[in-house]
This record gives sequence, structure tokens and C-alpha cells, in this order.
Amino acid sequence: MASQEILREEPSRGSFVNDPKVRSLFFQTLVVVLLFGAVWWIVQNVIDNLQRLHIASGFQFLRGRAGFDISDTPIAYTSDSTYGRAIIVGLLNTIIVAVAGIITATIIGFVIGIGRLSQNWLIRKICTVYVEIFRNIPPLLVIFFWYSGVLAVLPAPRESFHLPFGSYLNQRGFYFPRAVWGDGSWLILVALVVGIAMAWFVRRAARQRQMATGQQFPVLWTSIALIVGLPLLAYVLSGFPLSFDFPKQSTFNLTGGFQVKPEFLSLYLALSCYTAAFIAEIVRAGIRGVNKGQTEAASALGLRSGPTLRLVVVPQAMRIVIPPLTSQYLNLTKNSSLAIAIGYPDLTATAGTVLNQTGQAVEGVLIMMVAYLLLSLVTSAVMNVVNARMALVER
Amino acid sequence: MQEHDTSWVRTEMALAQPAPTSERGPVAWARKNLVGSVGDTVLTVLGIAIVAWILPQVLSWAFINAQWTGPDRTVCATVAQGGIQPDGWSGACWAFVNAKFGQFMFGTYPVEERWRPILVAILFVALLVPMLMPRLPRKGLNAILLFLVLPIVSFFLLIGGVFGLPHVETSRWGGLLVTLSLSFVGIAVSLPLGTVLALGRRSKMPIIKTLCVIFIETVRGIPLITVLFFVSVMLPLFLPEGVTFDKFLRALIGVSLFAAAYMAEVVRGGLQAIPKGQYEGADSLGLGYWQKMGLIVLPQALKLVIPGIVNTFIGMFKDTSLVLIISMFDLLGVVKQNFSDANWATPQTAKSGLVFAAFVFWLFCFGMSRYSMYTERRLDTGYKR
Repeated sequence: MASQEILREEPSRGSFVNDPKVRSLFFQTLVVVLLFGAVWWIVQNVIDNLQRLHIASGFQFLRGRAGFDISDTPIAYTSDSTYGRAIIVGLLNTIIVAVAGIITATIIGFVIGIGRLSQNWLIRKICTVYVEIFRNIPPLLVIFFWYSGVLAVLPAPRESFHLPFGSYLNQRGFYFPRAVWGDGSWLILVALVVGIAMAWFVRRAARQRQMATGQQFPVLWTSIALIVGLPLLAYVLSGFPLSFDFPKQSTFNLTGGFQVKPEFLSLYLALSCYTAAFIAEIVRAGIRGVNKGQTEAASALGLRSGPTLRLVVVPQAMRIVIPPLTSQYLNLTKNSSLAIAIGYPDLTATAGTVLNQTGQAVEGVLIMMVAYLLLSLVTSAVMNVVNARMALVER
Repeated sequence: MQEHDTSWVRTEMALAQPAPTSERGPVAWARKNLVGSVGDTVLTVLGIAIVAWILPQVLSWAFINAQWTGPDRTVCATVAQGGIQPDGWSGACWAFVNAKFGQFMFGTYPVEERWRPILVAILFVALLVPMLMPRLPRKGLNAILLFLVLPIVSFFLLIGGVFGLPHVETSRWGGLLVTLSLSFVGIAVSLPLGTVLALGRRSKMPIIKTLCVIFIETVRGIPLITVLFFVSVMLPLFLPEGVTFDKFLRALIGVSLFAAAYMAEVVRGGLQAIPKGQYEGADSLGLGYWQKMGLIVLPQALKLVIPGIVNTFIGMFKDTSLVLIISMFDLLGVVKQNFSDANWATPQTAKSGLVFAAFVFWLFCFGMSRYSMYTERRLDTGYKR
């Protein structure tokens, strides 16, 4: 104690040049001064350049008439709509392709990832070949391959491939019957919601009963009956309000039905295939990361291989899998900006067109950056919630 | 009861018996790995069906039916499309790749000057190969030659304009030349820059830390295309009137900054994995900050994250293909540009060109990943937890 007191009273200070605090203060001040200088210089240059090019800064241009058409419009849009609406259409397209891609990539990725751990030599090798091919070529190339290599050489509409359920495939895309909801079809939707809610309650009650008495209840079958049966019942009761608009073959084109354009199709397929290879590796690492003792302990407790996987291995593997899975989802969302290369009107493409037409480079790039950052934040937030539910509950 | 000495100890080793027939040979292997159970058998049949469906198609397309040489599109088109192949023919048009090979490698670099990129490539290989072989000495000198001298020499060799070499603008560069030079410079810049950013993010100085965090998180949150847009559209606005950047240089800046942000996160992972005792040990030896980092922490941290670093390199190598969106022609860009050549336009052209480009990309990326695995094994000191 005493020696420490002495030390504290007489700190042996060297020259203040060597004092870490002084140094840190000096360097930080230096950085701030340099940064402000650079920013000030850049801002001056930007103002000069904009004045020279006669561009008014600000976001007023978003209210102007866009004057260009967009091929895929999830919300009403014509060339008379505003620039702002064009950018929103682009954002929606990005979200659509990202969500569809994430779902498909996750399914393919899990199948391939589990396949790489299969006992079966042939399946293991096939999955390895898939992963090694798609991990090592650029996503843009995969997109081009689907777009120019596969979809562009499909037959013309007159000789379209006829697929089951009245759908067609040709070089203008994929056509399938569109559901037409008649009067009273709201009842089906209500029945679906009620069915899901009831299934949830049944599951909770069943779990409580099992906790209390140990008796099990066939939750899965009841849920399926509720979720499928109730809407079906509503469908019959409301007098079959659902009909389908089938695509019909005319001389030069297909009319009716729902058309998925090749741009969307190739982007969606390419992003799914490409990201699936990475997800497969993550899943494989996650499952292998679960200690073998866990499986052995489960079988010692008398669990069969199904419940072992479902109750012991997967919950623990998910903890390892979810964080890198999140970053793959973010990558997929960001890679969807490659749409611009094949002309799918996503956020980058529409914002880029707006940027070129108006010359509002600063605002255009800013909108793009903020939109992608927001998408990333939302995805991360959702995955963090999932992660928190999966996280280890420690005593 | 009379006592018997029933204990018996064998004095010579029992001869090793061969494993039972059910456990050896291809049949046992197949029984274990292919038809272990009913489900397994179903999977095997499924697997065989997939292979039997895909493999013959791929082989016949890429080799058996492929057209290897030819002067123009007629060799790759069917009779109905105005060519010589029978109707229904489907094969790779390697003749297209053959005819355009020079362009795929060098873009529109003048033909009589192509010895310059070839010379650069030879120098690059001559310096890279000894760098990659751990047994060869003088790694320091080698690294200086590879990462400092070679870029400068290559710059003057490729651009020209000095020593009597004709000037070649960067807009005439293309193909694999652009892909490789972009990714090489990107690698050489992003690793040191990313390390500095990672150190900044772990720094105790709040302002520097905040700046690094903002930079890293912003760049990681946006697509590379947006970064490329940024440097190609905004950089000219940021500079005073009359100062212009070369387009190639702009792409280089974009790719390097982008890769540096990802590299920073990889290196940060390594820095965090080093036990605190190592930092404290360096402090107690009286080492300054840079000595501590350079001599104690970074050598261990970087070694830990070699797989991550190489993954970032691979990602960057693949990402260089995006420069075609700001109308530069890397390997993929040149291949795509040549689809519209009326002399070669057939249904097979696009597929063949893309498969060729994919093969080249795959070769480099696969090579990198295998080398990283080899290095990881070699550097594994056994201390890894």
C-alpha cells in the first residue's frame, strides 16, 4: 500500500512529448484538422462544379416528371410519374428479388450443406462439385450465364415449352396461370389467418400440457388440418370464388396469365445458386461445429436419430450458423444491384437512370447509399431477433 | 483339488489376419458408402440419375460436339441458322474463343505492343512463384520486388510514353490484363490499408475510432456498384475544374477502398483473438505502439486469419468483373462485348464465351483457395485453440 501511495504522489513523468495522452490528443486534433480541410476543399469544389454545370442541389428534382418507362412495376407507374416514384419502384423491385432469392438460396443451401455431410459418397461429391463451382466464379458471370446462355436461347413464343399446370416457358419469360379472386374470397383469407392463429394456440396448449402431464398431442397434424382445412371450408362455403386466368397461345405471343420476365428470372436464379454455395458451407461448418458428444449423449438418453437432429443438433448448429447466414443475406441483397447489367429495374438501375437524366449525382448516390444501408440495417435487425431467440440460455 | 497352472502367456505375436471380406474391397466400400440403408440407396439412385442426366450433356456439349476451329459463325450455326452444322446440333463454339483469344487476354491493346503485357506477366510469375514457395530464401527482397518494384515497372511498361515505348491509353486495356492488374493492385493496397483501418477501429483514440467505424460500416453496407458509381460520378465533382482522373485509376480506387473495408473486419477478428497477455507482454518490454503491433501482435493475428484474408482476395478478384458496369472491359466485359459481333453471333456463342470466362475465373479462385489451405496447414503451430 505504502509504496503505491508514493508512486501515485510522485509520478515519474518524462518529457511530455512521450506522454500517451498528449500524443493521442495531438494526433486526433491533427486528423480532425486535416479531415475538415479536405471536406471543406471538396465541398468548395462540388459547389464550384455544380454552379459551372448549372445543377441546383437539393431534392426538389424528385418531384419532376420521370419520362422513362420501367419494365417491371409492382406499383402503378407510367412515364408521367415522378422521379421519386421511379426510385420507389426500383427499391420495391430490389426487395422483391432479394426476398425471393434469400428464401430459395436458404433452401438450396441447406440441402447442399447437409448433402456435403451425407454418409453417401456420391451425394457428398455432387454437393462438393456444386459448391466448388459456384463459389469460385463471379456472380455477374452466373447472371449472364442464365440470361444470355440459357434463357435467351429458349424457343420463341410460338414454340414455347408447355409445362404442367398450364404454364409456359419461352424466351420472353415464364408464364403461369394467375389467380383471379372473385367476390367473397376475403373469407378465405380470414379463414387462413384464423387457422394459423388457432394452430399457434394449439401448439402452446399442447406444450403446456406436455410440460405438466407428459402427455403428447399430435400438434403437426392438427395444425395442418387447421391451416389447410379452414380456408378450404371457406372456399366451399363462399361458393368457389377462385378462378384462374390461363396464359393462351396466340400467333406471336402468349396472352393472359402471369408473366415472369427473363431479367427477373435470371437474376433470381443466379443469386439463389451463387449464394446457396456459400450458405451450404456455413451450414456444413455449423453442423460440424456441434460437439460429437452431444449426439452421443442424445442417443444415450434413448433419442432416435430424428429427434436427436431436431432437438439437439440443429438448435446448437443454428447458433453457429445464423451470424454468417445474416451476412450472406446482406451480400445477396447487395449483389442484387448487379441487375443493372441485364436491365432489371432495381434500385441501382432506376436511381442510375434518374442520376443520368437529372445530373443530380450527389443526391442520386446519396439516395442509393442510404437505401442500401437501410435495407442492410433492417435485415440485420430481423436476423438479430432470430439470433436472440436461438441464443444460448445460460443459467 | 489339485492345483494346475492354467495361466498361459503367448510369447510370439499373433499373425495379422486380413480384415473380414465384408470390411474390405470395393464391394464393402460401396456397401458402406452407397447402399448403407434404404434411404441411402434411394439417394444413390437419385445421385446416379443426376450424374447420368448432366454429365453426358456437358461432355458432349463441351468436347464431343464442340467446334474447335473455324473462320466465322458458320461453323457454329446449324443449317437453319445459316451455318454448316446439322439441325438440332448443340455444341460449344470454341472456335469463337480461339478467334477472340487475343482480345480476351489484352482487350484492344495494340497487337504489335502485346509483348509488353506478356513481359509483365512473365515478370509477375517469376516473382510470384518463389514468393509462394516457402522453402526459397530472401522473402523480404522478393516481397519488395513483387509489391513495390513490379507495380512501378509494370506501370511504365504498360502505359509507355517513356524509353521510346509508344503510349497506350488505359481505355485500350482490356480482358484478363485489366482483371489481373485491378485485383493485384487491389490486393497490394487493401491488405495494408485494411490493417491500418482495423488498428484504427481498435484504437483508444475516440475520434480515430469513430472515423474508422463509420468508413468500414458504410462501405460494407453498400454494394460495390454503388461505390464504383461513387468514384466514377462523384470524384470528378470533388476535384477542381480541369483535374481529371483516369477511369482505370478511379476503378482501382473504388475496388481498393471496398476491399479494404472488408479486410479491416477480417484483421480485426484476428486482433481480437490474440490474448491480452501478448499486448501486456509487449508493453512490459517497453515496446512502442508500432513496435508492439508490428513485432508481436500483427504477425500472430494475420497468421490466424489467413483463410479470411484469402477469402477477401477471392471475393475481390471476382468483384473486379463489376467494372464492366462503369464501361470498362475486364475479362467478362470483353467476352460480353464480343457477343454482339455479327461475325460470330450464334445461339452457342454466348454460352461458350461465358463458360470460358468462368473457367478462367474458377482457375484463379480455386488456386487461391487451395494455396490458402496449404499455408494454413503449414503455419499451424499447434497453438491454435
